[in-house]
Amino acid sequence: MDRQELTPLGSAPRGYRGVIHRIEPSANTSSLPADEIERRLLELGFSEGAEVLVLHEGPIARDPIAVRVGCVVVALRRQEAMAILTHESPYHA
Amino acid sequence: MLDTTKQAVRRIALVGAPNCGKTALFNALTGSRQKVGNYAGVTVERKKGVALTPGGRSLEIVDLPGTYSLRARSPDEEITRDVVLDRRPADTPDLLLAVADATNLRSAFRLVCELVQTGKPLVLVLNMIDIARHRGIEIETDALSRQLGIPVVAACAVRRAQMADLWQLLDQLSETHTFAKRENNWSEPSATQLRNLQREADRLIAQAVRYPEKPDNLTTRIDSVLLHPVAGLLVLLTVLFLMFQAVFDWAQPPMDLITSGFDTIGTLIQHLLGPGLVESFLVDGAIAGVGSVVSFLPQILIMFLFILLLEDLGYMARAAFLMDRIMGGVGLHGRAFIPLLSSFACAIPGIMAARVIDNRRDRMTTILVAPLMTCSARIPIYTLIIAAFIPAHRVAGFLSLQGLVMFGLYAVGIVSALGVSLVAKLIFWRNQPAPPFMLELPDYKLPRLKNVLIALMTRVKMFLHRAGTTIFTMTVVIWFLATFPMAPANATQPAIFYSFAAMIGHLIEPLLAPIGFTWQMSVALVPGMAAREVVVAALGTVYSIQGGADAALQVGHVLASQWTLPTALSFLAWYIFAPQCTSTLAVIKREAGGARWMWLSFGYMLALAYVASFIVYHIALAV
Repeated sequence: MDRQELTPLGSAPRGYRGVIHRIEPSANTSSLPADEIERRLLELGFSEGAEVLVLHEGPIARDPIAVRVGCVVVALRRQEAMAILTHESPYHA
Repeated sequence: MLDTTKQAVRRIALVGAPNCGKTALFNALTGSRQKVGNYAGVTVERKKGVALTPGGRSLEIVDLPGTYSLRARSPDEEITRDVVLDRRPADTPDLLLAVADATNLRSAFRLVCELVQTGKPLVLVLNMIDIARHRGIEIETDALSRQLGIPVVAACAVRRAQMADLWQLLDQLSETHTFAKRENNWSEPSATQLRNLQREADRLIAQAVRYPEKPDNLTTRIDSVLLHPVAGLLVLLTVLFLMFQAVFDWAQPPMDLITSGFDTIGTLIQHLLGPGLVESFLVDGAIAGVGSVVSFLPQILIMFLFILLLEDLGYMARAAFLMDRIMGGVGLHGRAFIPLLSSFACAIPGIMAARVIDNRRDRMTTILVAPLMTCSARIPIYTLIIAAFIPAHRVAGFLSLQGLVMFGLYAVGIVSALGVSLVAKLIFWRNQPAPPFMLELPDYKLPRLKNVLIALMTRVKMFLHRAGTTIFTMTVVIWFLATFPMAPANATQPAIFYSFAAMIGHLIEPLLAPIGFTWQMSVALVPGMAAREVVVAALGTVYSIQGGADAALQVGHVLASQWTLPTALSFLAWYIFAPQCTSTLAVIKREAGGARWMWLSFGYMLALAYVASFIVYHIALAV
């Protein structure tokens, strides 16, 4: 799937449900190198095929976001979440 | 003495992800037989304890810093990696206990798969099994054990009955087991390898774990209030207000009690010995020194009680979530909020509370700026000078001018703390980018009294032992400077004018003249190094005011007649920034892990104090 057809988690609104298609950090995703940010996201459970649900948004500029991935809830900034490309969940209610 | 030489297992290391309940398990295994220190050469906390098994064996347990992988992204995680890979001979474990949160197996199993690669003897403990069962999560331990090729045991650290299986296994392993030597195939995983590890972990879950149809969402429901953009911030403010009140207010009676207790001992010694050098050393040096250390205890206890409860409850991560954007702009971590807030009471519990920040860069910035928050020791000075020099006018009909000045002093403190952290971000950490904010929000859990008490006692012991020795030494040094050489018999002036303190005062007087300080003030600043509020008494001494109930009031009258307004304002500006608290400096040295950080704090605060006083003095002169 092309990047255009996918929703980066970083731009997803509260309540968005999706499945991770791939992790694709660009050079300016974060202050850390792309490879490092990719590994950190993987370590927190953001791996291909995992279901995500945007649960909460921070008080300023709707940032950071709290995302359920698998059984855990992870807080991260939208900037880093842009590297998580998702497609809408097939089980969408 | 127990003979441990014949045991196959003598030292066990606990490895697990953050929030997996590793510390609770450590407490359950070791009880109160714990020792907290530092690993050699680094400022990473080393938690060790002794576990006595039902079979009468003694096992050394090491609680390693929590980590998601052996990749070692921080000094803490480097310790975990090095201990696991036998790179630290003094801590080489005979057995690894991989601790997994049974309600969160995806990341736990990935770490276990990584640990299997190291070839080290390994046991998997499914911790918090009661919560998992309560939620309807079913785990087949036998299937897991077969798949992984290691013993797997379910446990619940906070329930004694559910620890039996683990104890039995430990006894069994430490007596008879000989572990097959296996090769270490571990290498730092790349992103691809991490994906493979995760796939393996997910496969294990698919084979051995069954989840209920409807997941428990109590935490999500609580969070819809506590993380709400408006309600969440209000709750956070209420929590912080309560905490601030507690540290500021509730700690006052016990602190007064401790202070008056030490005063009574001092008076008693005075009566017993009569005035003299020994009496002066015991009363003004030793007892005042010990007293100043111990009088911080109530604040530290209350502060840590709050922090530990919030941490165990799972709220600390939420506070960081809410504050992240607000603090992030100036290069502070969301978690720095609570340490900085508590620094309004006293920088010492604040700096110690900075331990909740995992990242070293963020922690150091917080420690550096914490003393700029207006602590309670500044209040006597501010009150004294404001009452003596600022007229009790009303501004705009209802605002007290004195209150406004007080507020202004607090505001300058906050603004400068934000400014300094911004400067630190731009200059100091230029080459060290801020780690991105990524944080697991753990499920809410009721804190366990036993775990909170153990952690509280550890902090108190550490404070008394580490900070106590330094603070005590410094107090004695300052007493020495203010006492020797002693005044001649026919002295006409206060004794302090003949001491080293006076010599230092005269020496620094030319330096302080440009900011409007008199030489008496310069002398008073020397004993005032002990703690900020001491300067009030020291000013009383240099202006030869006898002590007594209304001594502070008299000091105010004398100052009003002796100082000019620019001098008084300059003095106020000085105390917004002045690093005049040896206890804080001692704690910075201990917590930051080096005198370098202490001198850095001392230097930048002194520079700020001087510049601020200079500007204030000259503006006030010109107006």
